[in-house]
Amino acid sequence: MNEWVLIIYCGLITFLTRFSMIALLKKEMFNDRVREVLSYVPSAIFPAIIFPAVFLDSTGSIQLEDNPKILAAIIATIVGVLSRNIIATIFSGLISYWTIIFVL
Amino acid sequence: MNSNFKTFLKGIIDVSPLMIPVVPFGLIFGILAIDIGFSPLATMGMSLIIFGGASQIILLQLFSGGASSLVIISSVGAVNSRHLLYGAVVSEHVSDLKLIWKIIISYFLIDQAFAVSNEYFKKSKEKNKYFHIIGGGFTCWVVWQITTFLGIILGEAIPEKLGLSFAVPLTFLAILVNDFRKMINVIVILVSGLVAIFGYNYIPYKAYVIVAAFAGLFTALILTKIVKKS
Repeated sequence: MNEWVLIIYCGLITFLTRFSMIALLKKEMFNDRVREVLSYVPSAIFPAIIFPAVFLDSTGSIQLEDNPKILAAIIATIVGVLSRNIIATIFSGLISYWTIIFVL
Repeated sequence: MNSNFKTFLKGIIDVSPLMIPVVPFGLIFGILAIDIGFSPLATMGMSLIIFGGASQIILLQLFSGGASSLVIISSVGAVNSRHLLYGAVVSEHVSDLKLIWKIIISYFLIDQAFAVSNEYFKKSKEKNKYFHIIGGGFTCWVVWQITTFLGIILGEAIPEKLGLSFAVPLTFLAILVNDFRKMINVIVILVSGLVAIFGYNYIPYKAYVIVAAFAGLFTALILTKIVKKS
């Protein structure tokens, strides 16, 4: 598939998820139970990106030893939990990662 | 001052503090897209057409990993499913508007704008309150386009060995910081992450993102039920 076609499809599906409920919803089509479960969508999907990017090497095998990303991600997580600050989380992780690979 | 414009300005002011984390996110997106080999035009096109940070970064991540188009599109859909919830909440406030306004509001219905305008909608009784979300969404749109553009310029200059692709898991990690303190969320995070790692090589078509997300949501479905019973 041409990259522009792919971009347009991704744009369409993004728009449709935002538009569908605004356009179609009759009052209270979503009950509280559905709302509650949908609120877990970020916790369910983002780890599927985070974990492989941290724990797998470039060939896709699990790399637990000699992997600076694990320590950097742990530091970022601790900073995130304590500060609840998005920027502090990203930068503490990046700085730890660079410190491990360039300085230590 | 015209009252529509006043509400629009209020939206801009309310959403502004939330724009700070959008800046590195946009820069990282622009840098990585160039790094992966997208043209500057296609990179800008993604920010204009898709206009969704998580969607665009997942697109890059899966595209560079060689996933098929169908898997990329359905993963983007899965990431966006949270917007169904936003739309459902916003719909009651905009149900009387013309279709064209619903389309504009949908394009601007992003996490940050939703977060602040939802609070405003709950309090305001004015008919033109929808200008608030247009102000918030427009602000984020401007910030996103500018930072994408700056990222494209930086992407041409930044050496690959800096390992900036590690910023992708970090940005997603940062989005989850508020969920780390809640037990059910932590379990859901672990289930999804472990399924993704162990399924990475065995689930065909790089569909591990979708399989892991469903495993996580299923876990949430069961755990929330158990918690309610006890």
